[in-house]
Amino acid sequence: MKKSAYVQQLDAINEYEFSPVPPEKHKGWKSFLGMYAGEHTAGTEFVIGPLFVVHGVSAIDLITGLLVGNVLAVFSWAFLTAPVATKTRLTLYALLEKITGKGLVKVYDVVNGLMFCFLAGSMIAVSASAIGIPFKIAMPGLADWYPTGIGWVLIVFVVGAIITLIATLGYNQVSKFANITAPWMILIFIAAAVAVLPQLGIYSIQDFWHVAQTKIWTGIPLEGQSKFTFWHIMFFAWFCNMAMHIGMADITILRYAKKWQYGFASFGGMFLGHFIAWIASGILCAAALGNIVPGPIAYTSAGIAGIICVVLAGWTTANPTIYRAGLAFQAIFPKTKRWKVTIIVGIITTMAACFPALVMKLLDFVALYGLVLMPMGAVIIIDIYVLKKLNMASNYAQFKNIPISWQAAGAWVITLIFCLALNVYLGVDIFFLGLPGWFIAAGLYIILSKLIQSKNINYAH
Amino acid sequence: MPTKHMLAKFVSAIGLVLTIVPAFLVFKGILTLEENHHLMLLGTIFWFLSASFWINKDN
Repeated sequence: MKKSAYVQQLDAINEYEFSPVPPEKHKGWKSFLGMYAGEHTAGTEFVIGPLFVVHGVSAIDLITGLLVGNVLAVFSWAFLTAPVATKTRLTLYALLEKITGKGLVKVYDVVNGLMFCFLAGSMIAVSASAIGIPFKIAMPGLADWYPTGIGWVLIVFVVGAIITLIATLGYNQVSKFANITAPWMILIFIAAAVAVLPQLGIYSIQDFWHVAQTKIWTGIPLEGQSKFTFWHIMFFAWFCNMAMHIGMADITILRYAKKWQYGFASFGGMFLGHFIAWIASGILCAAALGNIVPGPIAYTSAGIAGIICVVLAGWTTANPTIYRAGLAFQAIFPKTKRWKVTIIVGIITTMAACFPALVMKLLDFVALYGLVLMPMGAVIIIDIYVLKKLNMASNYAQFKNIPISWQAAGAWVITLIFCLALNVYLGVDIFFLGLPGWFIAAGLYIILSKLIQSKNINYAH
Repeated sequence: MPTKHMLAKFVSAIGLVLTIVPAFLVFKGILTLEENHHLMLLGTIFWFLSASFWINKDN
């Protein structure tokens, strides 16, 4: 049967899933600036900023926590992720195969791919929450965890189908889409917040700080919500993308960078999306008298442009996330074309998006998602930069031709058990587990490598 | 072609100005929130009609 031109075009797209990206395919810094700015100025920013308000953070804790946390996030991308990406030029999955073995990477791929699906699902749900407004379809509320009606499900499926179609076309199309939306989107966030300032009693710049402390970030949580401090904000800002930077998922993207310094391009995403946009959406929440549903908040403050912003903001995050999920599952089925895998991933994601719980419990899910994937980032860093200095072999699974590196598996599982124990028995908040977890994973990987690696290895390989 | 490129950039710039400036006029009490909504929508249309002609070409 003759293939259609579209399918032939899709088959011809080479994303270097199993080989290093060649130099002629490396991209300039603008490509990454647009990607990060677009990805981190997303529909979920309309949710996260209001959730900080709901959790009663004070104004000074919010500002200082965001400043410190975002700087640490940028440093994590620049000094951990980007050097690994430009040194290896491999996808996360190709690199993990060499270090942890094909068997373990399949387990990792399933966990990672599912996490990406759920994350992208929350973005689709956010977009869908805005589309329902002009059609007067009842949108889910904060208390809704399950699909609320056929209208909601239909909207989610339309949004999911379009986003999946764009993701099948590969990284270039995703990057182009993000480049177009990013400059306009951040201006919508800023404009929407500025326009509602008079509603809060702010008529001059001098009024802002007093109103911020007394009407927006008052330091008093809503009933039933936990109290957030500087440390909650700082660690959330740092670790909300932990899977991407410390967890090394973004080496798949940054392997296209000409230089490791392009990791600093994440600055655009952090300080536009995770600073300005979170502050702006907090202001919008206060102006909307505590409403935290993205669509209505954006519509009240910015009209139809606000609705368009929420829809596209969801897209720009969901697109690269579905793309990454496609790569994750393709590593399990390497003979299947990436675009075919992406379509399957898109269907799973869209079905997940029908459940509003993904949005309503977003802070917890984001923290869990980073934590679960983080230990493998520690394994990668130690394997590349430390093991040889300790006279041990790196890429052990490839070297020994074994399906599972038990030192990597042990480091991963024991770290997660330890973090779970800290959370359950000592009551350590999930936002704070990533930092001790990384050092535990790194230490375990070194100790287990020392124990497992046989003495007759020829280290000269 | 360069003229078309420049024209697209000019329209994009107008789009961004219409997106952000009216909000500050609301803040100053010169425009209403509803007038701001109309101008933001106009700015959005200008932006998306023009930006695709030059943004990714420059990259």
